[in-house]
Amino acid sequence: MLVPSLKVQDLIEEIRGAKTQAQEREVIQKECAHIRASFRDGDPLHRHRQLAKLLYVHMLGYPAHFGQMECLKLIASPRFTDKRVGYLGAMLLLDERQDAHLLITNSIKNDLSQGTQAVQGLALCTLSTMGSAEMCRDLATEVEKLLLQPSPYVRKKAVLTAVHMIRKVPELSTIFLPPCAQLLHERHHGILLGTITLIMELCERSPAALKHFRKVVPQLVQILRTLLTTGYSTEHSISGVSDPFLQVQILRLLRILGRNHEESSETMNDLLAQVLAVNILGRFLLNSDKNIRYVALTSLLRLVQSDHSAVQRHRPTVVECLQEPDTSLSRRALELSLALVNSSNVRAMTQELQGFLQSCPTDLRADCASGILLAAERYAPTKRWHIDTILRVLTTAGAHVRDDAVANLTQLIGGAQELHAYSVRRLYCALAEDISQQPLVQVAAWCIGEYGDLLLEGSCEEIEPLQVEEEEVLALLERVLQSHMSLPATRGYALTALMKLSTRLRGDNNRIRQVVSIYGSCLDVELQQRAVEYDTLFRKYDHMRAAILEKMPLVERGGPQVDEEAKESKEEARLLEAAPVPTEPQASKLLDLLDLLDGPSEDAQHPRPLDPSPGGALVHLLDLPCAPPPAAPIPNLKVFEREGLQLSLSFVRPPETPALLLITVTATNTSGGDVTHFICQAAVPKFPAAATGPQWGHSSSSGWPSDDPAPQNPQS
Amino acid sequence: MYKSSNSTCPSTFVIIFLIKDILPEEIQQQIVRETFHLVLKRDDNICNFLEGGSLIGGSDYKLIYRHYATLYFVFCVDSSESELGILDLIQVFVETLDKCFENVCELDLIFHMDKVHYILQEVVMGGMVLETNMNEIVAQMEAQNRLEKSEGGLSAAPARAVSAVKNINLPEIPRNINIGDLNIKVPNLSQFV
Repeated sequence: MLVPSLKVQDLIEEIRGAKTQAQEREVIQKECAHIRASFRDGDPLHRHRQLAKLLYVHMLGYPAHFGQMECLKLIASPRFTDKRVGYLGAMLLLDERQDAHLLITNSIKNDLSQGTQAVQGLALCTLSTMGSAEMCRDLATEVEKLLLQPSPYVRKKAVLTAVHMIRKVPELSTIFLPPCAQLLHERHHGILLGTITLIMELCERSPAALKHFRKVVPQLVQILRTLLTTGYSTEHSISGVSDPFLQVQILRLLRILGRNHEESSETMNDLLAQVLAVNILGRFLLNSDKNIRYVALTSLLRLVQSDHSAVQRHRPTVVECLQEPDTSLSRRALELSLALVNSSNVRAMTQELQGFLQSCPTDLRADCASGILLAAERYAPTKRWHIDTILRVLTTAGAHVRDDAVANLTQLIGGAQELHAYSVRRLYCALAEDISQQPLVQVAAWCIGEYGDLLLEGSCEEIEPLQVEEEEVLALLERVLQSHMSLPATRGYALTALMKLSTRLRGDNNRIRQVVSIYGSCLDVELQQRAVEYDTLFRKYDHMRAAILEKMPLVERGGPQVDEEAKESKEEARLLEAAPVPTEPQASKLLDLLDLLDGPSEDAQHPRPLDPSPGGALVHLLDLPCAPPPAAPIPNLKVFEREGLQLSLSFVRPPETPALLLITVTATNTSGGDVTHFICQAAVPKFPAAATGPQWGHSSSSGWPSDDPAPQNPQS
Repeated sequence: MYKSSNSTCPSTFVIIFLIKDILPEEIQQQIVRETFHLVLKRDDNICNFLEGGSLIGGSDYKLIYRHYATLYFVFCVDSSESELGILDLIQVFVETLDKCFENVCELDLIFHMDKVHYILQEVVMGGMVLETNMNEIVAQMEAQNRLEKSEGGLSAAPARAVSAVKNINLPEIPRNINIGDLNIKVPNLSQFV
């Protein structure tokens, strides 16, 4: 019995009538079974209806792959109705990944060459949506023929199909390049639009095409001018602008053609002056329409790289946009504001940005915080302002800053001796109010540990006098240790700080000793280890405690932290940003320096240009593993002696530049014979700066042959 | 291609992909799901662009949408498209739909999704803008519909009946016919008018 199949509309009604997801599924499954049966039976009359139903079901998200072959059959049918649905099905259900897709190539070919306009349109549409590379290759000539057809409907579709084909098979550019010039003479906007897209695609792919199309710049300018002045046709206008889509495409193409090319740019110039300029973007920012403001912000962001000063003019307006309730807009405004910060406006901008940080939505906080910190690092007018800024950011958005903010701040504070008292006071107050923001707590703990004595002294000009008792400080640190909000790393900071305070405070250390010994049985292994070591320090090595827990030396920014005291207490090193200076590789590099007579060295080590580093690190060049380097003048070192050749190093610190250390290598030949092929090359490890001077002196008494080639200095 | 929402969602979404490469099916479904959540949350007075790496697994697609009564038209584009241009394109598309369906409403889109596809094919092809002239598009659609009707069409007989009914000036249809004790409820014929 032939059950009359549901009409499409009826099926849709049924599906919409389903009250639950399960019911809907049931209806659809039942119908799909019918459809499958109908496909098997091969009923040609209703095939299109079945496929239409299947496509609706597919749109709702249900599987519909069994309809793929039916699409083929429908496309091959002579009826327009069938073809329409068939091609639609092909576009929705078939793509390159299905094997079946190649089977429609032949049908498309027939339709392209013999079909009516509408059918040709369908075929082109399908080809440009899901045409794979093989299909494009097969059908390229057909499409090319259609470019010259009389009907504009077909031609505009053919042009866009050509664009798709070029994207899939770049070699086809050669076929589609010649017709372009002629197509530009069209009056039909659809064809023009497609042609310009085609030319853009060709130009992007080949510089030769780019050169070729520079010739058409005058023509493009003409079209644009006509559009702007008279209005090609009123039916294309949108909000009073005649065919903005075409105008925009022409502008895009002009931009590509005019890049780096004087002549084309000249031709375009006066026309473009009529069109928008940067100044108008500022006006857009004040527009009440949110979309326009968004686009203005995006464009300004792109401009700020190339024309910074022009965009600066709009800074106040941009900053106002930060207050937008719309997150897309405020995100753009944030990016633009950060890009606009420079040394002259850094104080004002940071003020605004910090205000924003307090009220901004959480997803923007991390970006805002890191942006402020970065800007502060680059443009800070004074160290105190810098410290204040970082402190404020940590207090407001501590949870969202990057991990290296802590290290940066400690390094900054460490390097600013005059601000130690100020910093420690401010950090103490901040910590006393709030011990939940981990980065803040870590920095504060470190600071209090280091400069606790300054905290207790009570007087500092820059901040109101604060009377702090020893007991309060210890109590605060203990609170941090015990708080469940503190991370293990934070606890480590607090414990070490307590330890350091044992040498800084004047009172007795019983309380500290108590805390330390309690943590000796803490469950956290790290804390336990620290506590046990500190406890041992108290009990057995009390005489060394003061030396070990001395204050950190001043560090200059940019250099690696120098850990001069207590190589034994590794905990201290962990608090620092950079790894402790590796001394083993230093020693081996030193020996390489001296391996001179083992044949000519093949590869000269080229020392790269380096930042000046603190004097302490330079001394490490010579630091042999055990002895701490002395700061006093370094005696000459005889470093090499073999078969009569002696090398010695002498060190001089010029008084004007104490950060500089001059090392002179003296080679002495005490053997009876001559030394030939003497090549001296300096290999320096990366971070200390070294410059080998051009002065090489020969002392003739050592018996060098006179035609000795001048020693090669690889750097000169 | 376009996707529409499930019948369970109160607003109808029409999501159109305007990108160069075809996205695999899973990604499409993901975009559709994410779009519902994101666009529904938006107020009416914020801008119509949704972007950000968190959307759609960190790719550079953005969503540009317009809200008409209970309908949301969402275009998913890649970064090379201009946002305001796409807003205009949505407007053109909706106006064209309006002309083709005569005061288009949600139900038209749901019950005639194939026609929506055909109209879309005239505006956008292969991820690129094809034609923005409404009159041309409407003329083309009418020609094709006539072709279909002459061949028999999807729902030929009812279609002819409907157009016949439309031309008759029917008197006011009573809701209930009361004859003595009988009370006959007249079925709702509004879908044919």
